[in-house]
Amino acid sequence: MKDLVKGIINENPVFVLMLGICPTLAVTTTVENAIVMGLSLMFVLIFSNFLVSLIKNFVPEQIKIPTYILIIATFVTMVELLLKAYVKDLYDTLGIYIPLIVVNCIILGRALGFASKEKVFSSILDGIGFGLGFTLSLIVLSAMREIFGNNTITIMDSLTKITGYQMIYKVLPNNNIFPINILLKPAGALLSLGLLTAFFNSIRLRKEDNQ
Amino acid sequence: MNLFTLLISGIIVNNFILTKFLGLCPFLGVSDDERGTIGISISLTIVMVLTNIITYFLYNYVLIPLNIEYLRTIIFILVIASLVQLIEMVINHYFPKLHQLLGIYLPLLTTNCAILGAALLSSNNNYSLIETIVFSIGSSLGYFIVIYLFANIRERTQHSPIPVAFKGIPIALITASIMSLLFMRYVG
Repeated sequence: MKDLVKGIINENPVFVLMLGICPTLAVTTTVENAIVMGLSLMFVLIFSNFLVSLIKNFVPEQIKIPTYILIIATFVTMVELLLKAYVKDLYDTLGIYIPLIVVNCIILGRALGFASKEKVFSSILDGIGFGLGFTLSLIVLSAMREIFGNNTITIMDSLTKITGYQMIYKVLPNNNIFPINILLKPAGALLSLGLLTAFFNSIRLRKEDNQ
Repeated sequence: MNLFTLLISGIIVNNFILTKFLGLCPFLGVSDDERGTIGISISLTIVMVLTNIITYFLYNYVLIPLNIEYLRTIIFILVIASLVQLIEMVINHYFPKLHQLLGIYLPLLTTNCAILGAALLSSNNNYSLIETIVFSIGSSLGYFIVIYLFANIRERTQHSPIPVAFKGIPIALITASIMSLLFMRYVG
C-alpha cells in the first residue's frame, strides 16, 4: 500500500523529484492534453514495470539497460500507434512528446531503481502510484495555466469523436486581467511550474517544521 | 529550407531548452558549474551530429522502403544507446584528456530528450542530410549558449537572499522563464 501512495505525494515525480519535466512543460496547455499524456505515461510505466520485474532474474548484468530501454520503447510504440489511429489531432498536438516518453527519466528510473529489484506486485503498484502522481500533477499545472491563461477548462475536445461529449467550460467572468496569454507560451510554462513547486515546497517545509 | 535560417532558428527561436523543453535534466541539475556546462555541450554536439546522420540514413533508406516507419522510436533509441557507448569508448581510447573533461555527462546522454528529440524532429520534417547536420549543429549551439548563460546567472543568484521555499529548482525555473521571454521576442 505504501508503494502505491508514495508516488502521489511524498515522492511526486514532478514537484518533488523533478523528473520528466520535458513533457510536463510542453504539453500542459490544456487540461485534456495533460490527462492524455499522463494516462499514456501511466500505461507505459505500469506495463514496463511489470515486464521488467518479471524478467529481472534472467537478464545478464551487462545488457540490462538496453533490454529495459527496448521493453519501454515497445510499449511507447504501442501507445503512439493507438493514439495516431484513434485521435489523430490529439496526436498532432502532442507531437514528438509521445515518443519522448521512452527517455522519460521517471520510467527508466523506476525500472532500474525499483522494478529490477522488487517483486512483481509491488512493481505494478509502484507504477500505478507514480503514474497517478504524474497525471495529477500535470492536471494541476495545466489547470492553473489554462484557467489563468485562456479562461477555459478543456476536458474533452479532441476526444469528442470517441466519447461524444464536449466539455469546454469558461471559468472566470469577462474582465480585463484574465486571460494572461503569456501562461500558454513556453515562458509561462516555466514560470507556472516554478511557482507551483515553490508553493508545494512551502507546504512541505511547514509540515516538517511542525513535526 | 534556407540553411542559414535553420542554423539561426536553432539558436534563438526554436531553442531546445527554452522553447521546446528538450534536454532539461542536465539544465536544472548541473548548470551551476561552468566547466560542467562546457563538458555537457561538447558531448551533446558530438553525439547529436553523429546520431542524426546515422538515423537519417536508417530512416530514409531502411525504414521507409520497407514500410516499417512505426518502428522509428525503437530503432532510434537503440541506435542512440549503442552510439553513445561507442563514442565513449572511442574518446576514452584516442582522446583521454577530452574524456576526463566530459566525465559522467557522456553516458547520461542516452536518456537525454534532446538527442532523441532532434532525431524525431528531423525525420518528422523530412530534412535532407545537409539540413539535418545544420539543424543539429544549430540546436546544440543554442543549447550551449543557454546553458552557459544560465550557469553564470545561477552562480550569482545563489548568493542573494531567496525565500526558503524558492531555493534550488523554483528560482532556477523562474530565471529560465525570464530568459525564455527574452528569446521569445524573436518569434514571428
